[in-house]
Parts: sequence; C-alpha cells; structure tokens
Amino acid sequence: MLNYLARRLVLALITCAAISVLTFVIIRLPPGDFVDAYIANLASNGSMVSAEQAVAMRHEYGLDRPVVVQYALWMGRVVRGDFGVSMMWRRPVTEVIGDRLWLTMAISVSALFLTWTIALPIGIYSAVRQYSIGDYIATLLGFMGLAIPNFLLALILMYAGFRYLGLSVGGLFSSDYAQEAWSLAKFWDLMKHIPLPACVLALAGTAQLIRIMRANLLDELRKPYVVSARAKGLSELHVVLKYPVRAALNPFASSIAYLFPYLVSGSIIVSLVLGLPTVGPLLLQALVAQDMFLAGTIVLLLGIMTVIGTLISDLLLMWIEPRIRLRGRA
Amino acid sequence: MVEQVMTNPGAIESGGHMLSVRDLAVEFGQDRGSVRALDGISLDLRAGRVLGVVGESGCGKSVTARAILGILDRPGRLVGGRVLLDPGTSAEQNLAALDPNGAALRAVRGGRIGLIFQEPMTALSVHYTVGNQIIEAIRAHKTLSKAAARAATVELLREVGIPRPELRIDAYPFQLSGGLRQRVGIAMALACAPDILIADEPTTALDVTTQAQILALLRRLQRDKGIALMLITHDMGVIAQMADDVAVMYLGRIVEFAPVRRLFAAPRHPYTRALLRSVPDIRAVPRARLATIGGTVPHPGARPTGCAFHPRCQEMIAGRCETTAPSPVPAGLEGASCFHAESVVQEAVV
Ligand SMILES: Nc1ncnc2c1ncn2[C@@H]1O[C@H](COP(=O)(O)OP(=O)(O)OP(=O)(O)O)[C@@H](O)[C@H]1O
Ligand SMILES: [Mg+2]
Repeated sequence: MLNYLARRLVLALITCAAISVLTFVIIRLPPGDFVDAYIANLASNGSMVSAEQAVAMRHEYGLDRPVVVQYALWMGRVVRGDFGVSMMWRRPVTEVIGDRLWLTMAISVSALFLTWTIALPIGIYSAVRQYSIGDYIATLLGFMGLAIPNFLLALILMYAGFRYLGLSVGGLFSSDYAQEAWSLAKFWDLMKHIPLPACVLALAGTAQLIRIMRANLLDELRKPYVVSARAKGLSELHVVLKYPVRAALNPFASSIAYLFPYLVSGSIIVSLVLGLPTVGPLLLQALVAQDMFLAGTIVLLLGIMTVIGTLISDLLLMWIEPRIRLRGRA
Repeated sequence: MVEQVMTNPGAIESGGHMLSVRDLAVEFGQDRGSVRALDGISLDLRAGRVLGVVGESGCGKSVTARAILGILDRPGRLVGGRVLLDPGTSAEQNLAALDPNGAALRAVRGGRIGLIFQEPMTALSVHYTVGNQIIEAIRAHKTLSKAAARAATVELLREVGIPRPELRIDAYPFQLSGGLRQRVGIAMALACAPDILIADEPTTALDVTTQAQILALLRRLQRDKGIALMLITHDMGVIAQMADDVAVMYLGRIVEFAPVRRLFAAPRHPYTRALLRSVPDIRAVPRARLATIGGTVPHPGARPTGCAFHPRCQEMIAGRCETTAPSPVPAGLEGASCFHAESVVQEAVV
C-alpha cells in the first residue's frame, strides 16, 4: 500500500515537471510575442512604438534570450514562488490573480457538489426504474440540459432573477463589498451570490452525470452478486444501495481529477456573461494579449491542480476499493 | 398409475413435501414479442431428498430457481402457476401470490430457501469481506448482536470446511481460491439454516477435483440436515452421483421425470437418451466420437410446433410430432412427455 502511494507521488512530481515544459511550449506556440501584440494594440489606437523601444522591451522581459534559457529563468523563479510580472497589467502575477483562484475554486466546488447531489439520486432512480415514466422524464431533462448552452441559461436566469426576484445578479459581490477587505459580511454577500453561477455551471455536468450513473448502474444491476444479495432476503433498497450503487460509484472517484480543469475552462463564457471574478476570463485575456507570465502561471496552476486531483482520487479509490488497497492494483 | 417412490441407497428416510411448484409460467418482455421462458413447470421438493434438474443451456433452469424465490430480473414476470411452501399443511403459503418485495417473501428467501450460485466469484461482491456478506444474511432474519452473528459466521465457515475460519472471515472474495469461494457461497446460503436449498450449477465453474469436494460437501450437509435440495446442472455425471429424482427440462418444460436409477436404466424420452449418450464413458473405444445432440436449442421465442423437440428428434413420428404436442408429465408422477412413452405405458397397461 505504501509502495503504491510512493509510486503515485513520484509519478505526480514527474507529471508536474512535464506540465511546466508543456505550458511553456504552448504559450510560446503562437507566432509573435507579447511585444508584437503590444505594438499591434498601440497601433490600432494610433500610437507608434519605435524599433529601439521594442528591442528595449524585449530585453526587459528577457524575450531576446534563447527559449531554453527563458524556460530555465522562469522555472527558477516559479519554484521560489515568484511567478513574474504580468506584462499586460504591469503588476506581479500573484497580485493579478489574487482572490480569483479561491473564488474559482469556491464556485467550482459548489457546482460540483450541486451536480452530485442532483445527478446521483436521479441516475440511480433512472436505472432502477428503467423505462418508467420517471426515467423518461429524467432522460428528457438530461438531454435538454446537455443541449442548452450554459451562457444562454445564464442569461435567462439572470433576467428572471433580476426581473421577478429583484436579485442583484452578476458578479460574486454586491457593489458595496467588491473592493472591501474580507469580513464576515463580505463572506455572507459571497454566499448569496454563489448559487446562481453554481446552478448554471452544474447544469451540463448534471445532465452528463445522470447518463453515466444510469449506464454504470444498469451494468451492475445485471450482475450475479445482486441476485445473491436479493436471495438473502434483504430489502430491495438495501440491496441496491449497498451493492450495485457502491460499485457504480467507483468510476466517479477516478473522474474527480478532470472535473476541476473542466469547470475552469468550461466556465469562461459563463464567467464573462455573469461577470464573475474568476480565473477563466483572466486566462482568456492573457492568452489574447500573449501575456506570457500571467497565462503561463494560470495554465501551470490548472495543470498542478489536476495532478493534485489525481492524487486525491487515487487515495479515494484506495479507500473505497479493497482490490487496490490490498494488492496495489485494480 | 406408475409407482413413484424410489429410494437411493443411503438417503435418509424421504420426508414430506416441502415445496410444490405447479404449472409455473414465466414470460420475458412486454405483451407483444414476449418470450415464454417457462411453460408450465411442476415439481416437488421433499425433505432429505435431492431433485436433480438437468437440461441444455437456455432451457430455463435458472429462471425456475429465480421464479420460485420471486427474484426474476426485469422484464421477466410470473404469468401463472403456484409455488406452495409447506403444501398440505396449515402453514401452506403460495409464494407466487406474495409481493416480491414484501416482508413475507423476504422472510422465505434465505430464511426457508437458500440459493447457491454457479459463479462463486461474481456471486459475491468484491467490495465487502465474506464475513460482512454472511453476517448480513444472518441478521436479515434473526435478531442477533453483531458479535453473536460473527461467531455464528465463523462456525458456518468451519462447517463448510474452510480452514482457519476466524482469519478467513475478514478476507475479501478475491483473496480466496475458487473452491473456498464456493464454500463461502454455500455458507451464505446456509446462514439461516434453511430447510430447502436450491443450487444452480454449483460446480460448473470449478475444476474436477474441487467439483468432487464441493459435491461431497453438499451431499453431507443435505443428509445431515435433512434438507430438500434442488440441484441444477447440465452434467449427467453430477445427476448420477447426487440425485434421488430427476427432472429433465427442455425449452421451458419438464419432458421427463423419474427416479434416478430408472432414468439411467430406462430413459423414456428421446431427449433424455440423447443427453445420456453425450456423457463420456470410460469404457468407450478410445478416440471414438462422443455423441452430440444434433441441431441447436431453439430460442424460446421460436418454439417449434407440436413437440418442441421434434426438429432434433431421431425418433420423430412424421405427421404427428410436428402437429400435436404430447401430453405433459403429470405433476409429481414418473413419466415422459412423448408419444413413444405414452404407447409404452399403454402396452404395459394392456
Ligand atoms: N434477463 C432476461 N431477459 C430476457 N430473457 C431471459 C432473461 N433471462 C432468461 N431469459 C430467457 O430464459 C431462457 C432460460 O434462461 P435460463 O437462464 O433459465 O437458462 P438455463 O437453463 O439456466 O441455462 P444455463 O445452463 O446456460 O444456465 C433463456 O433462453 C432466455 O430466453
Ligand atoms: Mg443457468
């Protein structure tokens, strides 16, 4: 078991290193660099940048050095916790990202929680009562959830919330609190704003999860151990929840890792529409402006969070799956 | 009338009827396009006796077992017949009329009737220890403390011949060999001391040596406890070794019923004869071809007209077997559902 853990940890470290290289390559991939994008942006406003100025800027950001050196310099600073300066905002990257990372996580985790509490019971019901009216309704709603674009739902909910419920919609804070330092009142304000974006973000995931849970459980329900549990004289609810549902949940434990980056990258448009101060829109702006250090930091953080998520799901699997715990493999 | 009682040497005194199944019919699927998997099954389980049920794959052996316990998989459903527990006594219950999820039928499952499965690996959940799964079976029927149920489980495991049961109780099924797993399966079925046991091909998935050990164990438990055992198999060798009476099934019907010795000595139905011919014989000429039954089992949805066996039958009477069905074997009586067998009986009477 410890062996298994150690192996996973080493793998995680190697993966993180690989992610950093990949991040760097991806960010350098588009033609041109930040200075080109900067000049183009100024030119569209009618200003000009001289060739000397451009060279000076490139030198300042180290863009004139060989790529390998640039990577080494960047990594050298990153491991010391210095993520560099955002070229676009002209402020340290950590400051630009600031609370956004935690707010993103708060929304993502709420959305995830909502997804699971809605989808799992419906999925179980759909499988156990396959082809019943309830199953058809759940299936219909599920496909509608998959088909409706999230941003459209966001717009509709915002309109309805504002028009009929008089809610302050958009953003994660009321205007009074947006610039304030953290306090209990500000936290409460955040809590009041989270449900709407969480609902919107949970929608597509819920629909998908219902389908997956239903399919998994239908597979499990046909297995002989279910019949043998019934033959013991247990009640149907006990049988279903203890045996096949338990087995059908396993794949979810292994999918946790991919949910987080999916929720961040999948939420960019919704975040823009709802005006959420999350990482998604920031990443989009940074990529458009070729703001290397900002984009690099965000992509790197997402990658590392995926690795951490993978570790967590490995631990979870080990906990719920005796075959892995006792043999170190599935 | 044909005499029916026949004792196997060594069998304990044959007791009364424990379970009488009459005209059991099961269909799969909705109204149109439904498949009749069981078409009027009648059989009796008696205390201290072993009823062997034999037939090719797909003839409905497992469906019979599940229908008796009311645990048919969707879309299967009972469409007729009775399952009488303790028939003829004041405690008689018709299981077929009970709510499949109700407390009354659940008390019978595991409590009065135990079920043993073919695949000991897949019939046990890999997510719980064997102890957990057996203790649960005990506590479903008896109010026992966890500690008492655990002690009872250790005793059960010892009884079915598992070495060091106090350690094995905390093992997961995948940590045990196939033979041990099947012993766990038997212990689980015996958890609440049922007086009826249904074993659905309990040894098919095991190697020959283990198979012999498991059969010996079943035989011992069945005799010691006077259990009425229904042993499902497609192996005539197992039937010869274990059964007192034999029901031969074909396509959802019982085509022949007889005490084991008479079935082997004078099989009445051509299908029974074909099954017996396909058993390898140690005295056979080396490298001689083993007889097989021609053709394949038809799907129950495409049941042939007349006698369902006629397309594969070597003794088919042209113009008769494909148009009219021979009368079924009368419940609880020796006989075969075949025109040839009827004429034999008539000759005997004349
Ligand atoms: N879940 C199901 N859905 C539809 N039809 C089924 C189902 N289970 C069984 N049947 C039907 O019932 C028939 C009998 O199946 P059953 O499992 O009882 O066969 P069996 O005699 O136990 O065969 P085997 O020796 O392979 O175990 C099958 O041919 C099939 O047509
Ligand atoms: Mg079967």
